[in-house]
Amino acid sequence: MKQPLIQARDLHKHYPIKAGFLKADQSLHALAGASFDLYPGQTLAIVGESGCGKSTLARILTLIEAPTIGQLTIDDIDAGTNINSATKKRLRQTVQMVFQDPFGSLNPRQTIGAILQEPLLINTDLNAAQRQQQVLQMMARVGLREEHYYRYPHMFSGGQRQRIAIARALVLNPKVVILDEPVSALDVSIQAQVLNLLMELQQELDLAYVFISHDLSVVQHIADQVLVMYLGKPVEHGPSNAVFAEPQHPYTQALLSATPHANTDQKQQRIKLTGELPSPLDPPTGCTFHPRCQHAMPACKTDTPDMKERHNEISTSCLMY
Amino acid sequence: MSLLDIRNLTVEFATAHGALRAVDGINLQLDEGEIVAIVGESGSGKSVAMLALMGLLPWTAKVTADCMLFDNQDLLLMSPKKRRKIIGKDISMIFQEPMTSLNPCFTVGYQIAEVLAQHFGGSHRSHQERTIELLQQVGIPAAETRLKAYPHQLSGGMCQRVMIAMMIACQPKLLIADEPTTALDVTIQAQILDLLVELQKANGMALVLITHDMAVVAETADNVLVQYAGQQVEQRPVKALFNNPRHPYTQALLDALPERSEGQLLNAIPGVVPGQLDRPQGCLFNPRCELVQEHCRQQPPSHQEGILCHYPLPLINDPAPASGETLS
Repeated sequence: MKQPLIQARDLHKHYPIKAGFLKADQSLHALAGASFDLYPGQTLAIVGESGCGKSTLARILTLIEAPTIGQLTIDDIDAGTNINSATKKRLRQTVQMVFQDPFGSLNPRQTIGAILQEPLLINTDLNAAQRQQQVLQMMARVGLREEHYYRYPHMFSGGQRQRIAIARALVLNPKVVILDEPVSALDVSIQAQVLNLLMELQQELDLAYVFISHDLSVVQHIADQVLVMYLGKPVEHGPSNAVFAEPQHPYTQALLSATPHANTDQKQQRIKLTGELPSPLDPPTGCTFHPRCQHAMPACKTDTPDMKERHNEISTSCLMY
Repeated sequence: MSLLDIRNLTVEFATAHGALRAVDGINLQLDEGEIVAIVGESGSGKSVAMLALMGLLPWTAKVTADCMLFDNQDLLLMSPKKRRKIIGKDISMIFQEPMTSLNPCFTVGYQIAEVLAQHFGGSHRSHQERTIELLQQVGIPAAETRLKAYPHQLSGGMCQRVMIAMMIACQPKLLIADEPTTALDVTIQAQILDLLVELQKANGMALVLITHDMAVVAETADNVLVQYAGQQVEQRPVKALFNNPRHPYTQALLDALPERSEGQLLNAIPGVVPGQLDRPQGCLFNPRCELVQEHCRQQPPSHQEGILCHYPLPLINDPAPASGETLS
């Protein structure tokens, strides 16, 4: 068995909120207890509505912020609550990120060559010629041509920009890549090109992906494990096949039924989720999902369910089981 | 008699490199209470065609059409003043980004009431009452208190509901929804789509849904118009299109969906939609088409049975086509 690249145990992130002059500070629990193991060559998908803590988790994994509570080990190095800047610097080469919006994540004033060289310039001691050589190699690998080296981002289409962003993430030879909705800004045809590229690169380089998305049909295709989050808490976690075949938590069931399918013959019955995500500053008592849950019982208002393995290697936090 | 009858709509933009033809000969007929989806990749002219209908394009755009009849009146021939009476009242449009299409400086109550004042006149109080009614109709809880909310105080889904409330304020006969759910989460997307279809049924509205999400189309539309590089490549009823696409582009779009893929790799369409300067000779789709023949590279195709292709895919005989389905 391979060693897990990322081991996360009960990660919490609280943000202090100033309530006003004379009022006590509140704290916002953006992430409340995420745990998972990620192995090389595997993809973990994190799924949930906006505001569920997906991006907070990504910020912790990319070492932009440290968790408030919990243990995090990346590549056998402790990256938990009291990480120092030297370790951070070392780990930044291991964990890289691709952002959602390829139009906002590339500097419009830099050429592609300069954009792709920057990670090498900051993190390695290579000289200019070596850097250029590495960048050109990486560009070829993601399907960009050599003449693109001196061009600017505005000269590229969305799909090609996302290729540039992927090349920038991979140029440091990371082991883990955090993909924050990498294809949601792209058309289906281009989305397929980028997903294919990501899967090829994963096989070639044995990369581990953390794939953040709300498009479940993409997640079903690419992920090995799925972690479903609701209001900062994981509600379901398990192998992708099992979760998509037999979702256990009512929230996962609702999410899956809300996803439209390109099939005109069978109109599926949607589970209606009424209302919207409650404010994380004032989460509901008991199970946080109970105000929107169709199976809510009186106990759900008072008892907090904990994450346990229930069925087919799927862990879920629900009082029904 | 159809509610909307557009024939041979063409939009050209004057640019430094000559005329850019963004929309090239679109035909669209729409009956009351019908839902038509326009699909295609970005850059295929979906939004521009509908903006041309709304008369919202800048002066650099040259809009021509054989006819653009709405309720038997040609929108292109009428005076701008008369047209403005129809636009926003009988035809209204919802845009993609609810957060940016609402004015951040005014409360949502004010913005909805503005539409009512513009088209109906009447007293401030009557506007307030109607606005509350509209907000309740689109499913906004505690509508009275939300009147005073500014757009930044509402979530994306709520803002889109406000947009919808504003657009149905005048009970339009035709609603154009330009990617109404792209910026939203799946659960909210399902709510908004259900709401649109519900309102459409209740008011007998016609709905044009612009989207690039084939799954949304499959679940909501009656008819589908597939657009590629400004041209209309296929127009069929939704069932027929999904079960038996005739144009290679439609086939490729459907094959690119992760849920339709077999095996690990997805069937991507190579390349991108041609721009102004790299338009190929012959059929515009030929550089990306799997079934391309020499003839496709030379001659632009013409419409055969509503399909813009030299060699359309064969029609699979459907044993029993559902009743009421006709090619429009």
